[in-house]
Parts: sequence; structure tokens; C-alpha cells
Amino acid sequence: MVTILPLDVRGATVRRRGRTIVGPVDLTLDGTGVTIVMGPNGAGKTTLLRMLHGLVRQRGGSIDWARPLAEAQAAQAFVFQTPVVLRRSVRDNIAFPLMLGGLARTQARERAEFWADRVGLAGALKQQAMDLSGGEKQKLALARALIREPQLLFLDEPTANLDGRSMREIEGILAQAQADGTRIVMATHNIGQARRMASDVIFLYRGRVHERNQASAFFAGPETGEAAAFIKGDIVE
Amino acid sequence: MGEIWQGLQAAFWLVVTLDPDLVEITLRSLQVTLCAVAIACAIGMPLGSWLAIQRFRYRRAVIALLNALMGLPPVVVGLVVYLLLSRAGPFGALNLLFSPTAMIIAQVIIVTPLVASISHQAVRELWSDYHDLLISLNASKRQRMTTLLVDARRALLMAALAGFGRAIGEVGAIMIVGGNIDHVSRVLTTAIALETSKGNFALALGLGFVLIGLAIAVSFASHALSRTEREGRW
Repeated sequence: MVTILPLDVRGATVRRRGRTIVGPVDLTLDGTGVTIVMGPNGAGKTTLLRMLHGLVRQRGGSIDWARPLAEAQAAQAFVFQTPVVLRRSVRDNIAFPLMLGGLARTQARERAEFWADRVGLAGALKQQAMDLSGGEKQKLALARALIREPQLLFLDEPTANLDGRSMREIEGILAQAQADGTRIVMATHNIGQARRMASDVIFLYRGRVHERNQASAFFAGPETGEAAAFIKGDIVE
Repeated sequence: MGEIWQGLQAAFWLVVTLDPDLVEITLRSLQVTLCAVAIACAIGMPLGSWLAIQRFRYRRAVIALLNALMGLPPVVVGLVVYLLLSRAGPFGALNLLFSPTAMIIAQVIIVTPLVASISHQAVRELWSDYHDLLISLNASKRQRMTTLLVDARRALLMAALAGFGRAIGEVGAIMIVGGNIDHVSRVLTTAIALETSKGNFALALGLGFVLIGLAIAVSFASHALSRTEREGRW
């Protein structure tokens, strides 16, 4: 498999109504593992992820993949904070990306059954997806993102507003995906979750990459006062 | 009150005895209306969907115009279609005036803006939910439209039913372009207008009740076929 990484970002900026939301950002994403994007509310975590995935257009700078853009986009997936659920059955929701890619309905549904089983939704295949609970909807969104076996998976606070059990289940699914070779970039403001999952941490502050380090080093001794205060649980504005 | 009762009786006997004239008129009404609604849906639903997802310079103006066209006066539509199809008109050579085809053309013009506007509204709301996912999955424009049309199917059914309601009860335009010719272009509404002008109120009311029954029957059939309510969601 030809990898789409490294991702090389140089001076990328997102502006909205004349105001800089994110940037200029310089970062490189390579290798394996889980990169956790942390920072206070409004730091630009969601916008950064959306910019990297191509949902938000950057103003200035560059975002370069190791492969052509179309190929890179096809090899990545995004899970949103509020799961987007199609007005279809659970099975058809999970099968949707494959059918969009041209796979026959029967084959796509067979793959969907495998992934539904993997995320614990095997018993709900024929159920209308809109009727699922919040945690189940997020698991469905994960299965739908993973069914194409992406090389890179972006997650925007996927466990926000979920209870402990759902959070643990989703972390388990992500650990399995990582073991299968998917590179994960996840935004969260849950410090416990970041400690459990992170290989490395990007700390965003006021739209910029304020600090980036290996997870063990970041949590043991953050280099900036803002990151230290954030980890301590102080209010960082 | 007496006339309404007589109308109900007339409707009852017309239906029970399967009056040949009633059957013919009803079938023609259905033929013209269903054809017009089918064509209007084929044009209006993709158009409404396209307007919901496509951004272009005069989009707002086009949507406003489409909404305004929902109130298009049928008589004016009939007059314009008449002039286009009359012997001296640009399409006179087609010899379509005073035929069911002319009536279908007029109804398509009346119904399409209604179907397109309701479709646009339904698809726009769904698009705001689906936008990020469909962009993230690199869905092509065609795939986006298809997904939205499929998932908004129940709201689109309402658009089709609204179009059917407008078309089946339409009289002004089809009277002008169809001519209300017996055994050729007479439909329920034009027959009602004719019987009323002749003072034959009972028969006119009877035909009116048949018309209402038809509209209700089509609505029930559509809901039954699309399994709305049974699956718990609209």
C-alpha cells in the first residue's frame, strides 16, 4: 500500500470574516500512532482538523500530501463531534461509503455487517439509524469511517457528551483501528483520554501550534505555561 | 342543504353504477394529472435539489422567482400555452391544441414550480445535516443529489402530493387549452364547470365528490406504498 503520509503543512491559515481562526500552522504528520490535538475552547482544534481534511479551505500556505490530493482524500476519513446519521438503516449507513465508491450493494452490505459486528452494532443492523442512542450513533459513524480502511482518520471530539462506558468502547475501537495500521489524529479536551491514547500531542493556543511533543514528555513536563496550566486543569483563555 | 344531499346521492349512484361517462372522465383526469405530476416531479425534484446544493451568483433570485411562480395564475398559463399551440403560434404545426397533451403541458408549467419549491425546502434542510459527511466522502455532485433525493423521499412524496392536489383541481388552464370537448378533453373539473353553468347542480356536486374522493384515494395509496407512518418516520 502506498502511503499518503507524510503530510506537510507550511504556513496554512484559515480566516473567517477577516479574522484569523487558525494559523499560520507549520506541522508534519508521519509514521504511526495517535496524535492528540488539545487546547482550550476556541483554540481552533476543529478548524485545524477540518482544514487538514479539506473541509475548510486554507488561505495562504500549503498542505502537501505524499500522494496526489484526490488519492490522499480517498485514503482518509473524518468522524464529527455530532455524528452525521443518514435517514437509512444502520446497515445502509455503514455500507454507504462503499456504495458511493461503486461497490455492489450486496457486497457493501456484507462488509457493513462485518464492521457493525466489530463496533457492537450487529444486533441493530436493520434498525433505523436515527433511532440509535448517542453512543451508538458515534459507533456507527466510526464503523462508516473505518469501512474503507483509511490510512488516516480524523476525529473531532468523538466522545464529547458520551458516558464512560461508551467512551471506553469507542477508545477500544480506535485502539483496534490503530493496531490495524490506521494513523489517528483526534481533537479532545479530555485530558484523561489524551493520556490514555496519545502517542504525541499538539497543543493549540489561539489558533497556533503552541507546543508539540511526544505524549510522555508533554504530560511529564510541558514546555509552555499555557500547556502546563491546561494539563493542571486551570482555566486557559 | 338539499342540493348537497342530492349531490351525494348522485355521486353514490354514479360510482355504484360505474357510469361510463364518469369512468371515462375520471380516467382522463387521472391520466392528464398523473402524467403532468410525473413530468413535474422529474423536472422539479432534481431542480430543487440542485438549487439546494449549488452555489451561484443569482441563486437567491432564482429561488425567489421559483417561489413566486407557485402562485402562477392558471388562466394566464392557459392563455400563453394556447397562444403557443394555436395554429398561428410557434408550435401550431404540432396540432396539439384541444388535446390531453396540451392540458398536460399547461399543468406541467403550473405544477413544476410548486414541486421544485417544496423539494428545495426539504433537500436544503437535509443538505445542512449531510453537507460535511458528503464532502468528506468526496461524493460527486450527482451522488450528493441522489443521496439527498433518496433520503428526503418522504418529504418529496409530500411535494408530489401537493402537485397532484394542485393539478387534479385545476380548471382555468385546461379549459382554455383543452376546450372541454366531450370524449376528447373533458375532465372532472371542466365537467363540473359545464354542469354548473347548465344549472345541473346535483350532477356537478356529484362529480365534485368523486373528485375529492379521488384526491383522498391517491393520497392514501401514496402513503401506503411508501410506508410512511408504518416505519415510524416521515
